[in-house]
Amino acid sequence: MSAGMETFYEVIRRQGITRRSFTKFCSLTAASLGLGAGAATEMAQALETKPRIPVIWMHGLECTCCSESFIRSAHPLVKDVVLSMISLDYDDTIMAAAGHQADAILQETRQKYKGQYILAVEGNPPLNEDGMFCIDGGRPFVEKLKEMAEDAMAIIAWGACASWGCVQAAKPNPTQATPIDKVIKNKPIIKVPGCPPIAEVMTGVVTFVTTFGRLPDLDRQGRPKMFYSQRIHDKCYRRPHFDAGQFVEEWDDEGARKGYCLYKMGCKGPTTYNACSTVRWNGGVSFPIQSGHGCIGCSEDNFWDKGSFYDRLTGINQFGIEANADKVGGTVAGVVAAGVAAHAAVTAIKRVASKKPEQVG
Amino acid sequence: MTTQIADVQGAYDASGAEKARTLQTIYVYEAPVRLWHWVNALAITVLCVTGYFIGSPLPSVPGEASANFLMGYIRFAHFAAGQVLIVFFLLRVYWAFVGNAYARQLFYLPVWNKTWLWGVFYELRWYLFMVKDPKKYIGHNPLAHVAMFTFMLFLLFMMASGMALYSEGAGRDSWQYALFGWMFSIFPNSQDIHTWHHLGMWAIVTFVIVHVYAAVREDILSRQSMISSMVSGERLFRDDLKD
Ligand code: HEM
Ligand code: SF4
Ligand code: SF4
Repeated sequence: MSAGMETFYEVIRRQGITRRSFTKFCSLTAASLGLGAGAATEMAQALETKPRIPVIWMHGLECTCCSESFIRSAHPLVKDVVLSMISLDYDDTIMAAAGHQADAILQETRQKYKGQYILAVEGNPPLNEDGMFCIDGGRPFVEKLKEMAEDAMAIIAWGACASWGCVQAAKPNPTQATPIDKVIKNKPIIKVPGCPPIAEVMTGVVTFVTTFGRLPDLDRQGRPKMFYSQRIHDKCYRRPHFDAGQFVEEWDDEGARKGYCLYKMGCKGPTTYNACSTVRWNGGVSFPIQSGHGCIGCSEDNFWDKGSFYDRLTGINQFGIEANADKVGGTVAGVVAAGVAAHAAVTAIKRVASKKPEQVG
Repeated sequence: MTTQIADVQGAYDASGAEKARTLQTIYVYEAPVRLWHWVNALAITVLCVTGYFIGSPLPSVPGEASANFLMGYIRFAHFAAGQVLIVFFLLRVYWAFVGNAYARQLFYLPVWNKTWLWGVFYELRWYLFMVKDPKKYIGHNPLAHVAMFTFMLFLLFMMASGMALYSEGAGRDSWQYALFGWMFSIFPNSQDIHTWHHLGMWAIVTFVIVHVYAAVREDILSRQSMISSMVSGERLFRDDLKD
């Protein structure tokens, strides 16, 4: 458990991390957050002098892919540092304490750091049947969430689940899984969507908030601008092929071998806000498009219910068949054109049949 | 409203025989309205063709990526035509204020007017072959008026969604995003804006089919000129039957 007013720097020194590693962490993080040159020093100073901000990490209805991503943060340094930043408080998946002992930590943090701690939520609460589809510590997760949110400074909504609902909220959503911002209305919420979000993005957000004690700039949807203000498509290395008009038409064609643009294969890069094409995955090794598959838009609202992963546009199923915008629109236009032709024919026939001289224009 | 009716007494038929007829012409569509109509028609044609190829791109071009810019040019043409559409739409809105009464018709429906409402159904019956003759209208007939107004709503949606899509490339700090970013509050996933913008194209194609058909048909069958009116601005009434 955290020791009163300990600073972040004191914590990591106690954990055996060198000063040199610490400054390196500050400059790397400052760079990944897109902050200016002076920011690393500013950051180091803040981490050395300000009391550490406690982070509580809770799990609702989820698959733990966010945690999995997080602990694989590219730079081992980043992982160590950030983990020591939060694991000291509460994360029921990776903490040592369990049962009542763990629950006691929650209550203690809540009282001791009223209005000062960050609540990081992975997954979301299902609301159906009074929240009985997700029981945590003997009671519905939604109750625990509301309770901890009440005294939090801000909430980080991890991943597509907490941000948008994700697969458990996909139609028909039997448990009525509901994203955090639809349940907690009175606290600032940072959405960090993705399924899972990129490790460096996650550590970056945590570091920013705990370092500066305030939220990063958020966009209209509540996502941090520093990581979510551009689309995959804007920074995709295959973009020159898109502009040239060079596309993969089939998975094993010449274009696929040449690394052409995956637009025609349903790549959702043009509608997906995430940092994959810049930060990439697994320590910058690769990302889906680099390995030859289109983006499936995993960080976007409701991406499970937007039709096939291999269609760029949303499928339209209202007619009971799988259809797309061109089929529906083309059919409507075709039917109307046929109607017009029929109408013209009837007009012509009637005109011939009832031709009265004084009426002709 | 300054409507000038010029009566041309005594029209002659092809064989030179005089027919006791009155032809009336009225100046309806002022020059800016006509100009807008044809610029609009051109812009929409370009937008539909290029928009279709944005959605379903042409087969891949051979050669170096750096030596080709096909998709780029198609998108450029789309965006250029889109801006033209918007600029002329704004001019058209301005003209609705300063132009004659007919210049305002597109932008509102006089649903409170009983005669007008009756006219909608009367025209509907005319198109369903249930009445023998249409009425004469100086501006749009009430049914066409409804169609035009609806079309304006579609155009507005296409412009707003188009600018929202444009703002995605222009960036979150662009004026396009400042003005049209609210579209993303309605459609948080921009994939839906693409889908609706794409469906909107088909709605517009459908409208164009009906519009062109109705204009040609009216030009032939009805009691007033249509196509030439959008060129000269003058509406010609071809008969002097009652009403
Ligand atoms: C009559 C009006 C219009 C029609 C029929 C039309 C049609 C289309 C179509 C079919 C698409 C492809 C959508 C997709 O499959 O993703 C498209 C994309 C687009 N349109 Fe339009 N459009 C119109 C007006 C506009 C306007 C006024 C603008 C504003 C400048 C605009 C900007 C765009 C943009 C930015 C895209 C996305 C391009 C991309 O993804 O690379 N459009 N349009
Ligand atoms: S592969 Fe996808 S993200 Fe990359 S340029 Fe093509 S459409 Fe855009
Ligand atoms: S490329 Fe697209 S689908 Fe893949 S991880 Fe990134 S945002 Fe998700």
